[in-house]
Amino acid sequence: MKINKKQTPMKEQPPEVRKHNFNEVPLGYSKEEAILEASRCLQCPTHPCIDGCPVHINIPGFIKAIRENNMQLAIDIIHQSNSLPAVTGRVCPQEDQCQAVCVMGKIGDPVAIGRLERYVADWDLDNRRKGEFKLPKKEKPNGKRVAIVGSGPSGLACAGDLIKKGYDVTIFEGFHKTGGVLVYGIPEFRLPKSIVHEEINLLEKLGIKIVTDVLIGRTMTIPELLNNGFDAVFIGAGAGLPRFMHIPGENLAGIYSANEFLTRVNLMKAYKFPEYDTPIKKAKRVAVIGGGNVAMDSARTALRLGAEHVYLIYRRSRKEMPAREEEIYHAEEEGIEFNLLTNPVRYIGDERGFVKSAECIKMQLGEKDASGRRRPIPIEGSEFTIDVDQVIVAIGTTPNPIIPRTTAGLKTGRHGTIWADENGATSVKGVFAGGDIVTGAATVITAMGAGRKAADSIDKYLRGKL
Amino acid sequence: MFKILEKQKLVPKIELMQIEAPLVAKKAEPGQFVVIRVNENGERIPLTIADFDRNKGVITIVFQKVGKTTHLLATKNKGDVIADVLGPLGNPSEINHFGKVVCIGGGVGVAPIYPLARKLKKNGNEVTTIVGYRSKDYVFWEERIRNVSDRVFVATNDGSYGEKGFVTDILKRLMDRGERIDRVFAIGPAIMMKVVCDVTREKAIKTMVSLNSLMVCGMGMCGACRVIVGGETKFTCADGPDFDGHLVDFNILMERLNTYKEEEKISFEKWKEEVGYYEDK
Repeated sequence: MKINKKQTPMKEQPPEVRKHNFNEVPLGYSKEEAILEASRCLQCPTHPCIDGCPVHINIPGFIKAIRENNMQLAIDIIHQSNSLPAVTGRVCPQEDQCQAVCVMGKIGDPVAIGRLERYVADWDLDNRRKGEFKLPKKEKPNGKRVAIVGSGPSGLACAGDLIKKGYDVTIFEGFHKTGGVLVYGIPEFRLPKSIVHEEINLLEKLGIKIVTDVLIGRTMTIPELLNNGFDAVFIGAGAGLPRFMHIPGENLAGIYSANEFLTRVNLMKAYKFPEYDTPIKKAKRVAVIGGGNVAMDSARTALRLGAEHVYLIYRRSRKEMPAREEEIYHAEEEGIEFNLLTNPVRYIGDERGFVKSAECIKMQLGEKDASGRRRPIPIEGSEFTIDVDQVIVAIGTTPNPIIPRTTAGLKTGRHGTIWADENGATSVKGVFAGGDIVTGAATVITAMGAGRKAADSIDKYLRGKL
Repeated sequence: MFKILEKQKLVPKIELMQIEAPLVAKKAEPGQFVVIRVNENGERIPLTIADFDRNKGVITIVFQKVGKTTHLLATKNKGDVIADVLGPLGNPSEINHFGKVVCIGGGVGVAPIYPLARKLKKNGNEVTTIVGYRSKDYVFWEERIRNVSDRVFVATNDGSYGEKGFVTDILKRLMDRGERIDRVFAIGPAIMMKVVCDVTREKAIKTMVSLNSLMVCGMGMCGACRVIVGGETKFTCADGPDFDGHLVDFNILMERLNTYKEEEKISFEKWKEEVGYYEDK
């Protein structure tokens, strides 16, 4: 058999078009393209891809099913390990996980596993829209109740596994909408919100109860949940409060945290203001500070809101950027202007208190630091200013203290994250945790992996085996 | 969905609503607030809890009609529902036995002074309350405030009721008389709280203010509500809303409150046109 070394390309909206709309950028495979790409999988006996996947999807299994045009089998295989494939097929950093270890990658491009996952998940969504679908299998109700704090990736994954194991599961969400970072953080053009809601709808059909407008730690506390009929609790409360650089002028009007900027646009739909009531400042010259996925999302969002120049300011070089290669590439294609090895030192405001420029300094890379990346060092005398009317700070988060403060005995780590052991168990009996609140900001799929692991531990704990 | 059980126009532009929210009522303490969203297209706005009845599961909000959202909220009546009410948010006011306490409320800020003074009194404090309004027509809750205070002073800007002048004039007079004041609480417009702090700073009387910064999430993830306190960045929803007023940078607070002035106007004008609304003067 002739081996095709190249990945089957996926159609995308051209950069010149997409930078003016919020529609999804990659358009997905057709059935023919999916089968063609699936046929590139060697079905190798070692299948390193399965271990490369944080939720251990049987990847060769579902790809074989696609090749045989058995999409129902393909989705059933994926659903055994992943309750949100339409989401992960779009936002997983496959190039660092399953595809990084794909044997095909040694002789050519790795198999486009993420695109195939997305194809199958979208096929399933299409069927659901037509009313043709079957619910994943579920064990008999066992009468035990589990509360899930937060409806983001870790909470949904944990809930999805527990409901299938026969537990009575209730998710508590502070916001008015479910999905956590999938709805407030990741933009529409990377993950359409309708897809998130369809995936969550399926979980509700399985019997998961969702209570919005309840903030655990304020409206109710974890001890109260345990005293009110819940046998176990999973905390998946997310990454928390935005970090700032604490440099002069950082609180001028027009300077946003990425969390605020993205929440206004994504969750509150400020890009449709005044049809929607939440406002956002539409700026002409925007500086985004940071080099991660959140920085790329912010920059590309600012562009779509009508900015003429979007400067991405990052203190290290392109190589050290934590963002996914695909996001960096898409941002460059759309015309985001990269200012690498550059760091802001202060912001200057106008007479009304709005930001009007950013003073930056050039950086060079020194020795490696604790993160294993070369430490950026300012180059004295290299200061320069950029005229901007908006700044978005995307340099990470610190854990929200509300839950630890209201849960006696809940141990926290050095930076305020909740401490959990390798099974996801916290220092409080019956309380488990996972995702960004435990690890600090990471990815959707690692949070889902932690949620699944905790579900397994909760199951063992409630059957008296942990 | 949260049901409105009672609605009442208190004075021009200020409305009272009782909302069925049992979980919020069960936990609410003086100083805390809710974030509400009126409908599907609505924005999230913070409103201070003016009262709560744990047994009935009801909270009271008192709000001033300023822009679109508050005007829209005021069109809702008894029996109607509000899409979202999240709370109680923020940290409760720190209330101890301080001794002689002065509570200061300005305009719509008089409402949250009521549960605060009530709890301060319950904790054995001697409570003096100073309330300020624009004019006689805007005076509300005077009786309620009297019921939970040992002494009440009323000021109006034009002197049409109580004393002519500002709440700070009265505070200054008490201080000049040499009255002992162990703690001051101030809730009202940012400029009022700023001036109160300027007055009490001279004699180093600890003054707690309840900050009304911009807000989106209300639960400690977005950072919209950041304020500068003692030179550090703090978040009103996670660290406040009460802060030591002598450490607050009120200028930055007020500048940031003006961020969306233009957008607020666009939104309000559009709404007025859609519903054919004429402002009551």
